[in-house]
Amino acid sequence: MAPFAGYDMPISYPRGAVEEHLLCRRSVGLFDIDHMGQVELKGGGADEFVSGLVSARVLDMLDGDARYSLLLDEKGLVLDDLFVYRLPGRWWIVVNASNRESDLAWIRSRAPRSVTVDDRSDDTYMIAVQGPRAIELLDAVSGGAASSLRRFTAGEMTIGGTKVLFGRTGYTGEDGGELFFPASKALEIWELLLAEGEGRGIETAPIGLAARDSLRFEAGMPLHGHEISPSIDPIEAGFKWACDFDKDFVGRKALEGIVAAGPARRLVGLDVTGGVPREGFEVLSPGGETVGVCVAGMYCPTVRKYAANAFVQPALSKQGTALAVSIRGKPRDAVVVKRPLYLPAYRR
Amino acid sequence: MKIDQNCRYRSSHEFARKDGAEVVIGISDHAQDALGDIVFVEMAEAGKKVAQGEAIGVIESVKAASDIYAPVSGTITAVNPALQGDPALVNKDCYGAGWLLRLSPSDQSEWDGLLDAAAYEKECGKE
Repeated sequence: MAPFAGYDMPISYPRGAVEEHLLCRRSVGLFDIDHMGQVELKGGGADEFVSGLVSARVLDMLDGDARYSLLLDEKGLVLDDLFVYRLPGRWWIVVNASNRESDLAWIRSRAPRSVTVDDRSDDTYMIAVQGPRAIELLDAVSGGAASSLRRFTAGEMTIGGTKVLFGRTGYTGEDGGELFFPASKALEIWELLLAEGEGRGIETAPIGLAARDSLRFEAGMPLHGHEISPSIDPIEAGFKWACDFDKDFVGRKALEGIVAAGPARRLVGLDVTGGVPREGFEVLSPGGETVGVCVAGMYCPTVRKYAANAFVQPALSKQGTALAVSIRGKPRDAVVVKRPLYLPAYRR
Repeated sequence: MKIDQNCRYRSSHEFARKDGAEVVIGISDHAQDALGDIVFVEMAEAGKKVAQGEAIGVIESVKAASDIYAPVSGTITAVNPALQGDPALVNKDCYGAGWLLRLSPSDQSEWDGLLDAAAYEKECGKE
């Protein structure tokens, strides 16, 4: 167990992080992610307010659509990354646990009087169900409601008598979904999913924080505080696609400047030989000069590689560039590789 | 927690087991369990002379990197080649297939200073 944003979170369950990772890739992983925050916005002008608040295009979203977005400050730096859901009469925004308070303060300080901003984090529980058999399991407990929803959409379903908001989204690179429901039903739904998995011969197991990190890392998804943060802009991190330059939003002006000048560094994937690269390790040129820094790094169980995400000088960001990572004082061979290491299910 | 009765231990959780004239070195079951999934092992090379307490390699788990220290002085005679392809052998069978290296000890008296199984078990109980 480890403290994480005020929650006690399991790093791994008894089967171990590597096996949890592989299990999620072959069947179904359950993620207890109640720590994630949920913010609900509604009222007159809420659509325009949300559009100006977040980087992604949202005004074209239909009821039930879910979309990835960034929350930027005026300098174009990344305060948080979000999943924005458009639901009938309201916006439902999922924020990172560690940014919940600061996001809420940021949003409230900008919201017009006509828009209500509610922190729904405490009364909402969130469980992610992810893996190639996740939809099969969710269909079994919801009377087939899960498979009727397309990727990146959300809808209501009933699980064990509880009304649940189901988003066909996730953070592993696998198909599946994320469930939102009243916190009082958490244990009941968790145990029901495990029991249904067992009863139907669908291997289903809980997944801890370590495997959650390696799953998202392989699939090329960012973790706030690592690939994106309040000292990183979306252009250098490769998230221009999540910014809609056809609308006005906080940070847009600054981003236009960064795009015009070209970013000073770029996020790359590194395949490392001879050790495990980790956050904070220096990236070296073949000549031994420091040319960047790792923001995340680990052993990747599906692709069986030691890999890092690092910011390096743009000239060194091309695939195939030979670099090194300093691991406990020794330079270890590293080569720039295509991200993601594992192609997410929705892109296959 | 499994403790191999035939081994002696360091309080830093390495074990040493006599095998003929050589000593087999690895980490205890307590250590592998505390480290979690082991994903990388790198040991000093065969032929290297090491002193008792000197770092002889690194084990990296999902969580962190840990130095491994020589329980006794001597010359490394072999490094477990199976760990390059399957470092998780240390988790699966730390006293057997997951051994780290063998060395030819240079000072027999050091052996007597190591913790025996009962003393090591007591030591683990304090953590």
